[in-house]
Amino acid sequence: MDGLNIPLNHILLVSSLLFSIGMLGLMIRRNIIFILMSLEVMLNAAALAFVAAGAHWGQPDGQVVFMLILTVAAAEVAVGLGLVLQVQKRFKTLDMDRANRMQG
Amino acid sequence: MLEIVLFYIAATVALVATVMAMTRANAIHALIYLIVSLLAVAVIFFLIGAPFAAALEIVIYAGAIMVLFVFVIMMLNLGEKGDKQERQWLQPSIWAGPAILSIVLLIELVMVISQTSGPVSVTAVSAKEVGLSLFGPYVLAVEIASMLLLAGLVGSFHLGRRYLDRDNLEKKGGQ
Amino acid sequence: MSETIWIIPLIPLLSSVTLMLFGSRFKVSQIGALGVGSVGMAALLTLLLAAEFMQNQQVIQLSLWTWMEVAGFAPGISFYFDGLTLVMMSVITGVGFLIHLFSTEFMEKDPSYARYFAYLNMFVAAMLVLVMADNLLLLYLGWEGVGVCSYLLVGFWYQHNANGHAARKAFMVTRIGDTAMALGLLLLFTELGTLDIQTMVGEANQTWQVGDTVPLVACLLLVCGAVGKSAQLPLHTWLPDAMAGPTPVSALIHAATMVTAGVYLIARTHGLFLLAPTAMTVVAVIGITTSLMAAFTALMQTDIKRILAYSTISQIGYMFLALGVGAWSAGIFHLMTHAFFKALLFLGSGAIIHCLHHEHNIFKMGGLRTRMPVTFWSFMIGSAALAALPMTSGFFSKDQILLQAYQLPDIGPGLWMAGLLGALLTAIYSFRLVFVVFFGKANTEPDKDTGWRMAVPLSVLCFLAMVGGWFMIPVTEVFPVGDGSHPAHWVEYVSISVPIFGVLIAYLIFYSGRLKIDGLANSGLGKSLGQFWLSGWGIDWLYDRLFVRPYYGLANLLKGEPVDAIYGLIVALNQTFNHWLSVAQSGRMRWYLASMVAGLILVITLAANLSEGVL
Repeated sequence: MDGLNIPLNHILLVSSLLFSIGMLGLMIRRNIIFILMSLEVMLNAAALAFVAAGAHWGQPDGQVVFMLILTVAAAEVAVGLGLVLQVQKRFKTLDMDRANRMQG
Repeated sequence: MLEIVLFYIAATVALVATVMAMTRANAIHALIYLIVSLLAVAVIFFLIGAPFAAALEIVIYAGAIMVLFVFVIMMLNLGEKGDKQERQWLQPSIWAGPAILSIVLLIELVMVISQTSGPVSVTAVSAKEVGLSLFGPYVLAVEIASMLLLAGLVGSFHLGRRYLDRDNLEKKGGQ
Repeated sequence: MSETIWIIPLIPLLSSVTLMLFGSRFKVSQIGALGVGSVGMAALLTLLLAAEFMQNQQVIQLSLWTWMEVAGFAPGISFYFDGLTLVMMSVITGVGFLIHLFSTEFMEKDPSYARYFAYLNMFVAAMLVLVMADNLLLLYLGWEGVGVCSYLLVGFWYQHNANGHAARKAFMVTRIGDTAMALGLLLLFTELGTLDIQTMVGEANQTWQVGDTVPLVACLLLVCGAVGKSAQLPLHTWLPDAMAGPTPVSALIHAATMVTAGVYLIARTHGLFLLAPTAMTVVAVIGITTSLMAAFTALMQTDIKRILAYSTISQIGYMFLALGVGAWSAGIFHLMTHAFFKALLFLGSGAIIHCLHHEHNIFKMGGLRTRMPVTFWSFMIGSAALAALPMTSGFFSKDQILLQAYQLPDIGPGLWMAGLLGALLTAIYSFRLVFVVFFGKANTEPDKDTGWRMAVPLSVLCFLAMVGGWFMIPVTEVFPVGDGSHPAHWVEYVSISVPIFGVLIAYLIFYSGRLKIDGLANSGLGKSLGQFWLSGWGIDWLYDRLFVRPYYGLANLLKGEPVDAIYGLIVALNQTFNHWLSVAQSGRMRWYLASMVAGLILVITLAANLSEGVL
């Protein structure tokens, strides 16, 4: 290695920052759409950490896990957005705190 | 050298775009910032030798998933009133506590990360290698992922049916 | 007659049951006739029995049936009749009859007339069972029976809270002694295998030597029972309060019969006590101490019945002294004479109270000599006998006790001196009563004089109190006879002169007023001493602090259920956790997220710390 490559811990730092920002967004937003977006950011940050680790060792495993994360994200978004539609239909709002009771 | 510069630019773009996405009141604006952030992450993937991952990031994340968001936002038709309310919800008193928690977590993560060192590999891990390990040692994970996708498909289909509201449910239950 | 002595207790019992069941349907005169008649019948039968016994001196042992039979323990409903029993039965039925007769007038206006006689008859029956019992268990049945009747009769006017309180006190304080006595019975049965008194004493003499520990413990336990029942130190506090009952009840139960049951018990089991000389000394010391204490207290009392109550305690103290020094027959003799004159005094005070609108304070009486002559003479004779003036019944019995006490080695003269002091005090307080109540100027007008049903018992008892001392009680067969020696003559002279001297003092202070004691009484020491004596030596106060209040404290503590509090703590903890968790379960997504993040931080911190060495 020639030492001019990208340092691993810088990538991981970016990943941590993205994760923290996503988490912050998750906690401060009340709109369900933004919450889903924050989840995407967090998943993406985790994926970045995996890919970086895989690249560090020169192995494909990181990218395999990235694909699995992608799958999870896709499934989650599909179901989550379906739920958003239902919430909007029933409560006429997207505020999480208004939809805090079970059985609608 | 160029790689490193590009990396820092991409990282900066990703972080700024994410922050903007998290703080926008308008959902479409936030979504566009989010797409920018994802594209920047895709650049990082490419730079650290994961071209296949970068491509997937663009195609599936920035493409398919974000388009799904756009469709939903369009269907909801939020408008100006929603924006005003979003701004109202973004008061410092609301985000102060979570911000502290996030910063604490970040500090911890940084402390853990700072113990690792070393660069990432220059040699790219090609799509072929990824494909081989996917259908080699990780084949079970692929199966699970497919099940998950199927579940997501069924779930979203069920939730997305327009006629599925309470009245219809009761009618169906009564029959 | 010997085969049918069981009829004697049965008659009052039947009468009592009849009155309990059908009393409300009878007329007042019928109730009186039944109540008095049953005891009169018992008295008559006792008289016949006595006549028979005087002729043939035959001890009767009558077993009716086996009460219960458990693993060799087979106490019977069986009676034993000898001279001692005869004396007790005569006192119970004879004095009892007179008091019943007196009661018919005293209680005439009371709405619970039938209930009164039911209790009183029940008492007589129980007392007869007590003295006729062949074994200690049957005796114990009678013992508890009289306790219950005493409780019922002290609290007879239960409408007043204070009376109920006095009744409970009487019951509970005696219960302490009764429990000890029950333990004594258990010990005796375990050791000797029988509770039959005669067999038991015989066994005891073969099993144990004089001075052994087991008979000592057994005797002390029996003494505890006797002390409780006979109101001796330290369990005497119930008797003055028991005066809350109707006065004839005080006369019958709390002067003549029940309170002397303890004396009877010790006399009956004297065979055991002879094996435990220490227990006898204890009895003597308890007796003389109680006697002096009560005499001092009686000096200061103003309630006529309380004076008599303390006097009773004091006189029973003399009986205990007699038992303790081995003067068994003298003790029983004093029991009998005391029953006569103390019943007389109580009935006399009852007559006064009855005619003076229920006035109890002697200083609100006065000058009753001419207005209530029968009562006056009753009191004169009763007090003379109580003070043991020569030729009265009390003189003979008390004299015997003191002389025999004097003859005891070592502590004898000391006991004698203390006894003399007690006799002096007795003379003073009894004649203080007479002078204050019957002489001087009248403070309250009696609205009537005694009727014949009061006068007749008083007269008969007057007669008995005068000549009772000449009776020869037939107990020579029962008790071991002393050596018959007599102390020096001067001892006897002193014994005779002391009560006279006491009467003189009382005369000078309370009648002529020559002897001024106001200065002494008003001085600081005199005042506080008087207060101390008036309160009965502060023993009630002491018990209140020592037992009642700690008990209340404990009860209050337990009322808070400290043990439950531990479980309550668990419940409270669970509830608190539940509260916290249900607060956490708010349904607000962002709270969940925040707590998840906090948990994440915690986990990472822990993991980082744990893996420090690895990293």
